[in-house]
Amino acid sequence: MIELLLRFLIGGAVVSLFAVLGDTVKPESLGGIFAAAPTIALATVALTLHERGTGYVALEGRSMMAGAAAFFVYACAVSWVMMRRRTRALPTATALLMVWAGMAATLWAVWLRG
Amino acid sequence: MRLRLRFDSLRATTPLEYARHFVAGGLVTVAASLIAQRYGPVIGGLFLAFPGIFPPSISLVAKHKREREAAQGFVGVRSALAEASVEAAGASAGAAGLGAFGLVLWKGLPGHPLAPVLLVAGAAWAMVSYAMWWLREKL
Repeated sequence: MIELLLRFLIGGAVVSLFAVLGDTVKPESLGGIFAAAPTIALATVALTLHERGTGYVALEGRSMMAGAAAFFVYACAVSWVMMRRRTRALPTATALLMVWAGMAATLWAVWLRG
Repeated sequence: MRLRLRFDSLRATTPLEYARHFVAGGLVTVAASLIAQRYGPVIGGLFLAFPGIFPPSISLVAKHKREREAAQGFVGVRSALAEASVEAAGASAGAAGLGAFGLVLWKGLPGHPLAPVLLVAGAAWAMVSYAMWWLREKL
């Protein structure tokens, strides 16, 4: 429980730090890269390595590449839909999380599983 | 296009909005950790790149743009969507950098200590993200 609380606090702090950086950096398109910063990895990797070892974290890194590819497709989809369809930001970005899930599941099935 | 730092833009975000960022970030991190504990590193690693805080972040970008436009007497719905769309395009560049971060962890960690690997991974994220953003601007 204490470990989860620690992860919550570290995760919240790292995400907040990158949110501030994203707000500060201009132009906005460059500030947008901070929305895809490795916040969860930075918040968890040291604790995970301490508990499970380097091999475990290295495997997570390989899967993270697949998750990042899914994030790339997701972010492009969000950008395209909002520009072309003029739909609202929150429902669009939330609904399109299915794109991330679909891409991540596909990459898991064809690359990571086995 | 030149990189600039605008600290005055931090005033647009209220303490409550920063608190929401903190809570959302903490919850997503805990969720990713629980998934990794339950399903192992292969599935858990996918969630190190889960865009869980992206929808509220991009919604905030659109809201701030609407507020700036409203202060000047405009409705600003279209420009808010355009700004959020640009932010999402920037995030796609950051996602490419996220892949580079994962690659460095994957290839670097088995034989090297964590601190230098994290430094190289962070630098790889920044360089690849910036390169992708620059390329996108040029195209």
